[in-house]
Amino acid sequence: MREGIIVNPTSRLLDEQIQQIDLASLAILQNIGIECFNEEAAGIFAQAGANVTAGEGHYQIKIPPQIVREAIEAAQSVVRLGARDKANQLILDAEIQRVYFVSGSETNNYLEVDFATYISEDGGRKRRLPEFSARPGTTHDLADAAHLAENLDNLDSFIRTVNIQDKEITTENKDVNKFFICLDNTTKHVMGGLTSLSQLDNVLEMAEIIAGGKEALRKNPLISFITCVVKSPLQLVDDTTQNLIEMVRRRMPVVISSSPQGGSTAPITEAGMVAQINAEILTGITLAQLVRPQAPVLYGSVPNRARLSDLYDSYGAPEFSQYNVDCVQMARFYKIPCYSTAGVADTKVPGIQATMEKIISYLYVASSGPQYLHYAFGLLERTATFSPLQAVIDDECINLVKHLLKTPKEPDIPEALDQIRDVMSSKMRLFTRYIRKHRRQERLYPGYPFESRGMEDKTLELASQRLDQLLARPRRRIGEPEREKIFKEIDGILPWLKEEI
Amino acid sequence: MSLFDRIRTNVIEGRKVAEDEGYTEGLVGQPAVSELVLRVLEGEEPEIKEMIDSLSSGMEEVGRRFEQGEYFIPDMLASAEAVGEAMDLLEPHLKGANVVSKGVFIMATVAGDLHDIGKNIVAIMLKGAGFKVVDLGSDVAASIICEAVKREEASFVGLSALLTTTMQEMGGVIRDLEEAGLRKKVKVLVGGAPLSSGFADQIGADAYCEDAFEAVRYTEEFRR
Repeated sequence: MREGIIVNPTSRLLDEQIQQIDLASLAILQNIGIECFNEEAAGIFAQAGANVTAGEGHYQIKIPPQIVREAIEAAQSVVRLGARDKANQLILDAEIQRVYFVSGSETNNYLEVDFATYISEDGGRKRRLPEFSARPGTTHDLADAAHLAENLDNLDSFIRTVNIQDKEITTENKDVNKFFICLDNTTKHVMGGLTSLSQLDNVLEMAEIIAGGKEALRKNPLISFITCVVKSPLQLVDDTTQNLIEMVRRRMPVVISSSPQGGSTAPITEAGMVAQINAEILTGITLAQLVRPQAPVLYGSVPNRARLSDLYDSYGAPEFSQYNVDCVQMARFYKIPCYSTAGVADTKVPGIQATMEKIISYLYVASSGPQYLHYAFGLLERTATFSPLQAVIDDECINLVKHLLKTPKEPDIPEALDQIRDVMSSKMRLFTRYIRKHRRQERLYPGYPFESRGMEDKTLELASQRLDQLLARPRRRIGEPEREKIFKEIDGILPWLKEEI
Repeated sequence: MSLFDRIRTNVIEGRKVAEDEGYTEGLVGQPAVSELVLRVLEGEEPEIKEMIDSLSSGMEEVGRRFEQGEYFIPDMLASAEAVGEAMDLLEPHLKGANVVSKGVFIMATVAGDLHDIGKNIVAIMLKGAGFKVVDLGSDVAASIICEAVKREEASFVGLSALLTTTMQEMGGVIRDLEEAGLRKKVKVLVGGAPLSSGFADQIGADAYCEDAFEAVRYTEEFRR
């Protein structure tokens, strides 16, 4: 199992405020209700005793609090996520604030960097400066991103960061290719959404081959799914809701995710935003538990704030982190593992703004103790761009944050007094030799690896060298017999993926 | 493993005495550099040169590990301290073994300044590199530094200051060395948080040392 980092969780909401929001969410579901565009879900809710009325092209569902309460009670508080390498398995326990840092989301742009040398007009000074260019992501890029994820020490689980846009990729073959590439390039847990429900069983069959059979996959679920069942405000979308129902029936772990934007698709106020997103997530959790009690689900909160200049998402705004911390507390209140969000920069390129925006949210949201913190690696331009270079820098920022959030060690007062006594009786009065034991126990942050000694910031250049080193490492592929079987039995995988890309 | 190999290994481990932990776990209680050096000295014809070679070779390995990012300053200092301790034990035997000293280094924090951590670190590193270090302490008047240079026939003077108000004293020490006719006999190295190479030039120092490694590097260069 991966270690992650256990934190002493910080709180933003007081206990009575959590209860107020809980009651507000239940009141929303009971009195305002949800618009549901999926017929089967409407039937499931009606059968459970919800008030379902047919409207034009949708159903209006009002859910009594008791149904929601029973669903929360039924949901598992511990969800296990498997991995090709069992050392990379994750245990998400709602009652333990062990934070795992995870990648995501499926970006359209893949950001490349090149370094050019510029010479000052007088010819006396030279500088190497980064030049960035964005292009649509491909299967090769996804393979590199997964391989990079395998080699980033602080990345605990992989959610695909690249939307594969090769011309051979279609709606029908996208899922199987996407999951295959991820699984073939990382031994960490792979989580993803589904483009076409028709591919669900195909993807699961492939995962079963790798895991060693249906039962083996159940015991070691090396893949899991994300469903954005809700379109804010308060609408259950037809296709993703159906995805949720079918994934739950197949006993796979599922994230029930909602991503309202404060100020446009949800209230801007903290109380209003959190009451609404909480109601939306609870709707999905309730549906999942009605389909199959004790279905393993994650409370998926991705609230963000409207950018005032253009109404795009703003992940760099402090309110983004505040909303997320509130949601982590709500998930803890319900004892359901939390899939939360941090580390997205609004800017398009790596640099000071990106680092500032990312580190603020890593620190604040991680300190609240979500079990699964996604969007944490390489995301720029909100969630539109993935930069592998930025992911390398992010890995180091997360390393720093993890050191910062370490819970204090049991104090060893006799040892401390011995040290002070020894040093005070020595000539040099230096404690340096005692650093070594502390460092060996990995209690000390060793120092920023991309620091320059000169009068320029070389982070990007040094991180780029590090990226090249990581990508040059050998890939940990799926075993040959399993690969053979996959290419023989699973439809739709692009032939060139058989060769090592 | 011979005694000399064990000395070298313990230098790399940064273990001065048997109670010390090393870089590697599980070494507490085993003889360290001091105990091993004493064992060699207890022999009928102690092989002083071989012992110095094993100390130097250990420090070279420590330097290599530091360059590669495996070792950090605390590791380097622990090793330098172990070598320094060995040199103290060996000192009475050096002349008899025809071992020539690398030179005497007078070290002081200047008058008005009580900060000595940086100075102490540099002293440990220089001692570990084989120089004889005469540490005059902190808040040391220029006249005392001049006397020590004369008395010890020193080749190097290291001046440290942490305060912007006391760093000016360094210029005074250099002037006093000139007036005493000693300036040409010694190289003056200066260091401390508020200093810069510009300031070192301005007061007529021979080198500004950004850290302890630079102090060792400049001293070795001047020695050549």
